[in-house]
Amino acid sequence: MNHSSLDIAEDLLLVPAGMGDSDLQSVLGQLMSHQIDYADLYFQSSQHESWMLENGIVKEGSFNIEQGVGVRAVSGEKTGFAYSDEIILPALTQAASTARVIARSGQQGGVKAWSNSSSHHLYLASNPIQTFSADDKVALLQAVDAEARRQDSRVSQVMASLAGVYEVILIAATDGTLAADIRPLVRMSVTVIAEQDGRREQGSSGGGGRYSFDYFQQQERSLDYAREAVRQALVNLEAVDAPAGAMPVVLGPGWPGVLLHEAVGHGLEGDFNRKGSSVFSGRLGQQVASPLCTVVDEGSIADRRGSLNIDDEGTPTGQTVLIEKGILKTYLQDKLNARLMNMPLTGNGRRESYAHLPMPRMTNTYMQSGEHDPEEIIASVDKGIYAVNFGGGQVDITSGKFVFSTSEAYLIEKGKITRPVRGATLIGNGPEVMQKISLVGNDMALDTGVGVCGKEGQSVPVGVGQPSLLIDELTVGGTG
Amino acid sequence: MAEISKKEASGFDYDIGYLQNIVHDILKQATGLGASSAEAAVSSLGGYSVTVRKGEVETIEYNRDKGLGVTVYFGQRKGSASTTDFKPSAIKTTVQAACDIARYTSSDEFSGLADASCLATEIPELELYQPWSVTPEQAVELAVQCEQAGFAVDKRLTNSEGAYVSTHSGQRVYGNSLGFTGGYASSRHSLGCTLIASANDEMQRDHWYSMSRHPGRLEDVQSIGRKAAERTVQRLNARKLSTCKVPVIFSADVAKGLMGHLVRAVSGGTLYREASFLLDSIGKPIFADFISMDERPHILQGLGSAPFDSEGVSTKPRNLVEGGVLQGYILDSYAARHLGMQTTGNAGGVHNLHVNSTGQSLNDLLKQMDRGLLITEVMGQGVNIVTGDYSRGANGFWVEQGEIQYPVEEITLAGKLEEMFRGVQAIGNDVDQRGNLVTGSWLMDVMTVAGS
Repeated sequence: MNHSSLDIAEDLLLVPAGMGDSDLQSVLGQLMSHQIDYADLYFQSSQHESWMLENGIVKEGSFNIEQGVGVRAVSGEKTGFAYSDEIILPALTQAASTARVIARSGQQGGVKAWSNSSSHHLYLASNPIQTFSADDKVALLQAVDAEARRQDSRVSQVMASLAGVYEVILIAATDGTLAADIRPLVRMSVTVIAEQDGRREQGSSGGGGRYSFDYFQQQERSLDYAREAVRQALVNLEAVDAPAGAMPVVLGPGWPGVLLHEAVGHGLEGDFNRKGSSVFSGRLGQQVASPLCTVVDEGSIADRRGSLNIDDEGTPTGQTVLIEKGILKTYLQDKLNARLMNMPLTGNGRRESYAHLPMPRMTNTYMQSGEHDPEEIIASVDKGIYAVNFGGGQVDITSGKFVFSTSEAYLIEKGKITRPVRGATLIGNGPEVMQKISLVGNDMALDTGVGVCGKEGQSVPVGVGQPSLLIDELTVGGTG
Repeated sequence: MAEISKKEASGFDYDIGYLQNIVHDILKQATGLGASSAEAAVSSLGGYSVTVRKGEVETIEYNRDKGLGVTVYFGQRKGSASTTDFKPSAIKTTVQAACDIARYTSSDEFSGLADASCLATEIPELELYQPWSVTPEQAVELAVQCEQAGFAVDKRLTNSEGAYVSTHSGQRVYGNSLGFTGGYASSRHSLGCTLIASANDEMQRDHWYSMSRHPGRLEDVQSIGRKAAERTVQRLNARKLSTCKVPVIFSADVAKGLMGHLVRAVSGGTLYREASFLLDSIGKPIFADFISMDERPHILQGLGSAPFDSEGVSTKPRNLVEGGVLQGYILDSYAARHLGMQTTGNAGGVHNLHVNSTGQSLNDLLKQMDRGLLITEVMGQGVNIVTGDYSRGANGFWVEQGEIQYPVEEITLAGKLEEMFRGVQAIGNDVDQRGNLVTGSWLMDVMTVAGS
């Protein structure tokens, strides 16, 4: 690839409007002349395609194409924001004049010359939608349906979807940032319902990342999703009521890392900590988790769903150690909060689209492996639960209370996994629960690439991961 | 057939006739490309929101969005596409993309437009567009007052997540190749505040908000601030509970969530996929005989009101639950055909679903419960509509002898929705009007509460 991302982005986003770097400089200059500390322009073009199978046929497909530019002006703690879904100079100028209403005071600043920082090449810079014909996409879904039904005659419904996104972004900012990124993203989801003696249970699976669609064909991944969804539904057909009360909980590797996302991740986002609204505010350097815990946010892992070459403010992503051996090391930052807190940028300024403001968000958040064999961890529990799959979670970052809901879990009795239990919500207090992690496995795994994180109404793709681990006590919300 | 709503909305980027022309153009292009039928929706929305924190402006955010979507049918094969670009070339590309997709989807016997006989022939004027002339400066001032009124309530209110004012208006036109075109303007304004209280090592936050189509019907800003403050302070010194089985009251705003689960369980898409715990439940008691619910799509200025649904089908008032018995499902045309039924005008969702109160105040409900939990917040996604398994995190208050004793947190509530619905003992008259699902508090039978 000789053509840089920036060239591709300029060709796609600026050239059709007859705009060039100098126009960006002049719009930014116009913003800065109104006593703004910082301003940026975020150009975005996206294509989204999805296909949906149900009742054995691909019955729906949709295609969406969108582009626009967001203009942000920052003065102290104040932000003015406007956007346009037309990328033309007059619309850009109008959005800029709207965004700068915020500025009545602030320091005089100038626009810095563009500085080229080198960025990663973590994933393909191509459009996944075009890498596969429609026939192939339909065939992929049909194969999933057939595989799921082939697994077991109790499978009564199979729903599968395939989605591809191709996004090109370009950021120009008064601090000299001029950067672009080309972001492919694919995802497949499979949900099945199995029925036995009038009882119906559901199982779901899926995966994806910043790949082209052939990812799903490799190593029979799409067929594995089908098998996994069926396996879960069949397990749930046998599930008994989950217990109720505080007890030891063993979490499996991978997706159960939702724990970290909710229990610590959100609470370590810079905006909440600047405002002092997080249970982790003012606790840098303190022990906030057991010494077995090292938790990392890493946007720079190749091909992952939560990865980005640069964040949505043009800052290269990297690896940020949030908690090291239980000690709180730093917060996740965007430019606004890093500047106000006088802390380093971490490459976590993200936004759903040009029509949304950036804020500190997670990328791929995971816990590093420990020393224990997963079998040993389960064997150490006399009575508790072993949870391997989850729906989603939620956190109140101020009180620290968080929940996450199991979709596949088992009883542990006398060190052995016995019966599956119905879905139950687990609830705890982030810093307290993290202190109660007493064993950490040597089997760290990242999830398969299905996570969506919501914050203040904005959704962004994320990843989670963790090794198997034991929490000595967590409240399990069953009925038994 | 139907006429565009008479009331011409002003102050929009596009007049409604322009949006209507785009719809007609899309439909013409689709049939020109060989589609046997087609439908299109075009919308434009504008407004802004301000947030204020600790008396200072935090953000002023302007919104201007537009979009168009088209669905084409080649026989029973379907394809959809959408864009935010209204340029003729973009519209052409979008219609072509929908047609391209329809070449690859399978023929589905249930697909297609709504039946012509169901389409709305009159469009009632529901007064959904009630613009607010507030300037950003005035909005900032309102938000400042709201937050200030909150802070004044108690010294333990040490921090804030801010107060906001938001005002948005939009227009939408839907049309299909059966000759239906209809459109209307609507507005939505809201005001809210989230405060943080601290005492010792504990921090708690809570919020309150008001939302209405008419700015004059928004709750007083100071009252919103004070309610946010009171709710926040009341959460301090929260305790955990021991695991127990006790009766529970879901406060009105939380009870809306239970209505939401019911709506999902009796909605067409869930039913034809056999993904509901309430399959084949029409005509069966799902609540005690004193519970009834009705849908009121034509309430003037109602937040869930709509003259027609998202496929042009006329909306009609109806009873959903009468004497505890389910009277019908919530259907669009597609799901209705799947189930061998008629659409209920619910493409896009329900329109103002009301639960009738059994007359008691929240205080009466507390007395009636005597000992148990008042739930004021639930957390997480632990609701399985396929099985009805319910397990969610919760906050609230412990109640003894009909009186609130102390706040509780870090507990879960678990049960089976089917049993929870049948165990509803009373519906309060403390109705929460904010939104599409309208109810007072629900007094429920015993549930499992898990704690320490």
